[in-house]
Amino acid sequence: MTKLIASNITKSYDNKEIVKDVSLKVDEGEIVCLLGISGVGKTTLFNIISGLLIPDQGKVLLDNRDITGQAGHISYMLQKDLLLPYKTVLDNVSLPLIIRGENKNIAREKAAGYFKIFGIDGNQHKYPNQLSGGMRQRAALLRTYLFSQKVALLDEPFSALDAITKSTMHNWYLNVMEKIKLSTLFITHDIDESITLSNRIYVMTGKPGQITGEIKIEHQKSRGEEFILSNEFIDYKKRVLDILNNS
Amino acid sequence: MIKRLQNITTKISSYIAIAGIIIIWQLISIMEIIPRYMLPSPVDVIRAFILDFPLLMHHSKTTLLEAFFGLSIGILLGFIVAVVMDRFHFAYKAIYPVLIITQTVPTVAIAPLLVLWLGYGMAPKITLIVIVTFFPITIGLLDGFMSAEHDAIKLLKSMNASEGQIFKHIKLPSSISHFFASLRISVSYSVVGAVISEWLGGFDGLGVYMTRVKKSYSFDKMFAVILLISFISLLLMKGVAVLQKISMPWAGKEKNL
Repeated sequence: MTKLIASNITKSYDNKEIVKDVSLKVDEGEIVCLLGISGVGKTTLFNIISGLLIPDQGKVLLDNRDITGQAGHISYMLQKDLLLPYKTVLDNVSLPLIIRGENKNIAREKAAGYFKIFGIDGNQHKYPNQLSGGMRQRAALLRTYLFSQKVALLDEPFSALDAITKSTMHNWYLNVMEKIKLSTLFITHDIDESITLSNRIYVMTGKPGQITGEIKIEHQKSRGEEFILSNEFIDYKKRVLDILNNS
Repeated sequence: MIKRLQNITTKISSYIAIAGIIIIWQLISIMEIIPRYMLPSPVDVIRAFILDFPLLMHHSKTTLLEAFFGLSIGILLGFIVAVVMDRFHFAYKAIYPVLIITQTVPTVAIAPLLVLWLGYGMAPKITLIVIVTFFPITIGLLDGFMSAEHDAIKLLKSMNASEGQIFKHIKLPSSISHFFASLRISVSYSVVGAVISEWLGGFDGLGVYMTRVKKSYSFDKMFAVILLISFISLLLMKGVAVLQKISMPWAGKEKNL
């Protein structure tokens, strides 16, 4: 079933088109990647889908309902983890529930129930500056999940991490996703990451940014190291590079 | 360990410096380099302090009460003005220059006017303290609100948070360290402001006491009251530092992995 549809999105700033006629969709439980170099308009597109910006043309549909320009339906994780330094991890994570108007204690209780699944149990009462980069990212993802269980937008969620932490986080991410089945659209400029994590890749190129290619990734049972070193993986990578180079 | 030792030595060195000054001062008095009636010795000052202690406490009570009310109203007013200025851009444009002008008016010049308008009671003193304390609070809070991370506000907006929620969860907590920096200044301003306004008329207060002992040329008592005012200011600033530590439990906690 299709969860999210963005159809024919166009947006200009100062008479300069940033994204042009972009259409994409995310099915239920699917992890979709938006791949493109910096400055291609990926973040602008996310701001539109999340409802922070109104597109010049086009529509955003969630569960077939028009939510163009309405914030609060789709959760959005910005590039930085943005954990608030003055709130404990638990309070940070329960913030979206409190914003929605839930009682503070109930929100905390609900949030606390997910700490195990997200692998950050025991950090509830710490402050963000006491956590490592990977742990902060996990907490930020949990906050994103509690914000909306429908669709999540992740803007380069792992780009700030070092290579080793990144691959640990990839495994962790796939593990968590299997449990929570969150429909996700994420941005990256890392080709390996896009092939490792997603079910489908949209390649966005050009000025103004347009979607110039779509690749479906058929995963074997494991998406672990074997997959990264397999010939299939290389083939996918070649296809992505072809699209990037040809446009 | 070494760092700790360094900490102790830097702390001790400041005490040694103060002790040195007092000793030199005492020697100057003993050797009568400056006549005793002009510059009383530290021992004289302490004696005067002890002898006049009940009277000093009585006057301190008034001064502290004025400082307390003035500062409280100053904080409240500063907070309201800062919120309004942050919320409405035209208010910012309109109020900011006025704020600056209020700070260029010399305190000593308006204090007698306040006494004329408001009488010899606490009212003119409190008013003066409000005028001197609310400015740092307003500017501090305003800077704090504006220092709030833009992306954090964007995140809350994506959650469909209201302006009030953004203020409560992002802007207000972002301003807390700025607020305490301003409060440290305002607290000492409030005591000094109280004393200055008491000079110009009144029945109780350390400033009133000061003018009385000055008129009777009791310089030892004069120094005793100066000492007391410094001590009160230091104590209040320390109090603010403690309050800050309690209100900001996240500060100073480091990553321990």
